[in-house]
Amino acid sequence: MAEHYEAVIGLEIHVQLSTRTKMFCACALSFGEPPNTRTCPVCLALPGALPVVNAEAIHYGLMIGMALGCDIAPRSIFHRKNYFYPDSPKAYQISQYDEPLATNGRLGDVRIHRAHLEEDAAKLVHASSSGRIHGSEASVVDFNRAGTPLVEIVSEPDLRSAADAAEWGRLLRATLKRLGVSDVNMDEGSLRVDANVSIRPVGETTLGTKTELKNMNSFRFLERGIQAELARQEEILRGGGAVEQETLHFDPQSGRLSSLRSKEEAHDYRYFPEPDLVPIAPTEEMLERARGAIPELPAQRAERFEGDLGLPEETARMLAFRTELGDYFEAALASDSADARTLANWVRNELVQRIGEGDPAESKVMPRALAQLVSMVEAGSVSQSAAKTVLDTLLDSGGDPRQIVEEKGLAAMDDSGELDSIVQSAIDADPAAVEQIKSGNQKAIGALMGAIMRQTQGRADGKEVQRLIREKIGS
Amino acid sequence: MSAELLELTAAQAGEKVRAGEIKPAELFDFYRQRAASDQLGSYLWVAGEAPADSASGGPLGGVPLGVKDLFCVKGVPSAAASRILEGYKPPYTATSVERLVAAGAPVLGKTNMDEFAMGSSNENSGFGPVRNPWDTERVPGGSSGGSAAAVAAGNAPWAIGTDTGGSIRQPASLCGIVGLKPTYGAVSRYGMIAFASSLDQCGPLTRDVTDAALLFRHMIGRDCCDSTSLDYPNEVELPSAERLDGIRFGIWGLGEEGVEPGVVEACKAAIAKIEELGGAVEEIELPHAGYGLSAYYVIAPAEASANLARYDGVRYGIRSGNGDLLSMYENTRHDGFGAEVKRRIMLGTYALSSGYYDAYYGTAQRVRTKIADDFKDAFGRVDIVVTPTSPSVAFKLGERTKDPLAMYLSDYFTVPMSLAGIPAVSIPAGLSEGLPVGLQLAGPAFSEGRILDAAHALEKAIGFDGAAARG
Repeated sequence: MAEHYEAVIGLEIHVQLSTRTKMFCACALSFGEPPNTRTCPVCLALPGALPVVNAEAIHYGLMIGMALGCDIAPRSIFHRKNYFYPDSPKAYQISQYDEPLATNGRLGDVRIHRAHLEEDAAKLVHASSSGRIHGSEASVVDFNRAGTPLVEIVSEPDLRSAADAAEWGRLLRATLKRLGVSDVNMDEGSLRVDANVSIRPVGETTLGTKTELKNMNSFRFLERGIQAELARQEEILRGGGAVEQETLHFDPQSGRLSSLRSKEEAHDYRYFPEPDLVPIAPTEEMLERARGAIPELPAQRAERFEGDLGLPEETARMLAFRTELGDYFEAALASDSADARTLANWVRNELVQRIGEGDPAESKVMPRALAQLVSMVEAGSVSQSAAKTVLDTLLDSGGDPRQIVEEKGLAAMDDSGELDSIVQSAIDADPAAVEQIKSGNQKAIGALMGAIMRQTQGRADGKEVQRLIREKIGS
Repeated sequence: MSAELLELTAAQAGEKVRAGEIKPAELFDFYRQRAASDQLGSYLWVAGEAPADSASGGPLGGVPLGVKDLFCVKGVPSAAASRILEGYKPPYTATSVERLVAAGAPVLGKTNMDEFAMGSSNENSGFGPVRNPWDTERVPGGSSGGSAAAVAAGNAPWAIGTDTGGSIRQPASLCGIVGLKPTYGAVSRYGMIAFASSLDQCGPLTRDVTDAALLFRHMIGRDCCDSTSLDYPNEVELPSAERLDGIRFGIWGLGEEGVEPGVVEACKAAIAKIEELGGAVEEIELPHAGYGLSAYYVIAPAEASANLARYDGVRYGIRSGNGDLLSMYENTRHDGFGAEVKRRIMLGTYALSSGYYDAYYGTAQRVRTKIADDFKDAFGRVDIVVTPTSPSVAFKLGERTKDPLAMYLSDYFTVPMSLAGIPAVSIPAGLSEGLPVGLQLAGPAFSEGRILDAAHALEKAIGFDGAAARG
């Protein structure tokens, strides 16, 4: 962002709840079953059918509201949001409008405007080569998803950059995952993110005209989409134009933004209170049950990692926001006396490098094994590089790191007698490198190091090797 | 035998079945044949034969039931008398019907009605009007006109209907039978095709008060499929009162403009009977009840505009259009809905529009609250509120079809109770120019037992004879 404008961003997040049944009927939630096999008179909106609220969805909604520090409404109601589209079987969505379940919260640095319960739409499948509506000959409807419970979370426009928006989105996702209320899988649409984006001159306090970016299916695309939109708006304003209120689609492949609808095409949803449902008035027991079901949340966990264990902020956040990493780290920490910072570095660097987005608990490396390995490194009984070899073996076939070290002869060389002679023979074998080091080319030491490490199969401690080389050639 | 069968009330017929004096199949067949040869247009579908699994040993004795076409019955055409649902057969049965069938009242047929229960004359049916058995040039009232005409004509021993603003009580009044609109929430709405969800209630249309109580007691109770249904707080006894001693009656509406003199006269005669039976009578005010119709014709169409939006051609019923989405919506709804339904959808859509919502829907809801408060005040002084059910006797077919407002006035006395969610029963008070006049008795929520008991005593004293309609 150029210095003259600042970004003002708010997010709207739709979370599919992982309840057993749908929001207003007894149909089981669908996970890729054949089309229209998870339906009933209610979610097909047959004549005469009536909705009944899923108690578990209310429970999850309360948990989310509380976890986001919201005020829980003593009485909230459902409204009908009217619009005609084939994915909406009743031609209205049952949602919450001016009396939502939860309001006025905060997560991290961002205020939460509201969180409310509603139902998901059906899925349209377009019969065309692209699978998109344009140019399709026919469309069919799969009602399996119709009526899946959703919580919509709306933030205040407190985010000031695309990167912050993505980072906060990740915190929110981690929080929801930790609550266990949703699969939070963006690819499969169980977490869907829209962004409201505007810019204004720095120092200005009123909001500029906003646009809405729809349905970003990863936080990386969210960040890129917001960046593209910020750039577009800035170009308009710098050219003396005005941003128009519209809804936009970001195509991550082309990086292009396209308009879905303008303000003039905005719907009049004709909201009115849903007469088929009674108000939600949570009892003290319901509130207590929801409160009791909230575990330590990622933001608190990050603070604890930072404050109690002394982890650097970035490491603390990474482990806390990826619940599975945090759990693994804590299990390892509890099983051995390894240093928390060193262990955390091994988890976030070496382990994550090797398993990517996977869950370490599903790997063959027991938390205890990693902790032991890290302890051995700290004690100097195995070198850094040998330890990485051990980790590779653990990932391949599991086992006890001490045994692997022993079997493979990877123990660090504990007295300098053997190492001393290896270093000496390396120096003798490469006089050219010695000359270069002496003349001040520090990089040349790498050639000698490489030869020595090969010779020792990585068992030697790199620092010790360096010390010996310098000692011997007197540089 | 047939003449005797015809003169039995449903409760009496059920007694005879249970005593082994009548075979349930014989009773069913007797009414099945009458229903099949009904000349009034009362039926849209008649059962082919007695259901094999009929619970004739149950408390309702196997006495067959006329069911308004608004109720879903599994595998049976259920179209709310609308062309848009022509041929539609639901995969499930409405809770109220299921309960009555389980208690021993098998479905005899689906009765005609105003399309989606919108009307007061049954002339808005997508499948033709119903005629009044007292005078076939006249309407039976509506929207439950088929149920009312069938019961009055002896083409059904009893029936159920639905009442949103008077749709049970007004046709009961015009056909000289008993019609009960229960407390909102007393009977499940699940499987009842929705018109205006905050007002719709189903209830019995019967020859006498005992039959109404008998059906009602087997319809009530909380249903897990309807969030607005409630546990009925007490046992509903069959009515037995002969006297009205100590009961206070508040009379409203006899002086209102537009009430036919013959109606006033018949009601006054019935009120005199109340006093003869020991009841205390006083005139009362319901200061906001006169605004009921105005509020009703905002709230009911508003809810209907959303409830009827699902008839879009996508999943069931008819589908028109040239293959594109907008033409499917427009043509399906153009072809499928009748004029009155379209009128109300447009009224309701307008009333909910952005910028108009508070002026219309908001104001109407505030009026509704005022009317409910009026009744609360009234029930502080009296036990039962008494009014004419309809300002007029049955009118001629075609007489009011050109003038929707005149038609809407038919519900002047019944709409306030609907808005307040309280129970009211219409019983025949007598005849005016050879046509039945109905008297309405209303009580506080869940007072059905008391108003039916009072209606029972009054019914005895009035001694109305409906045999003339059962040709």
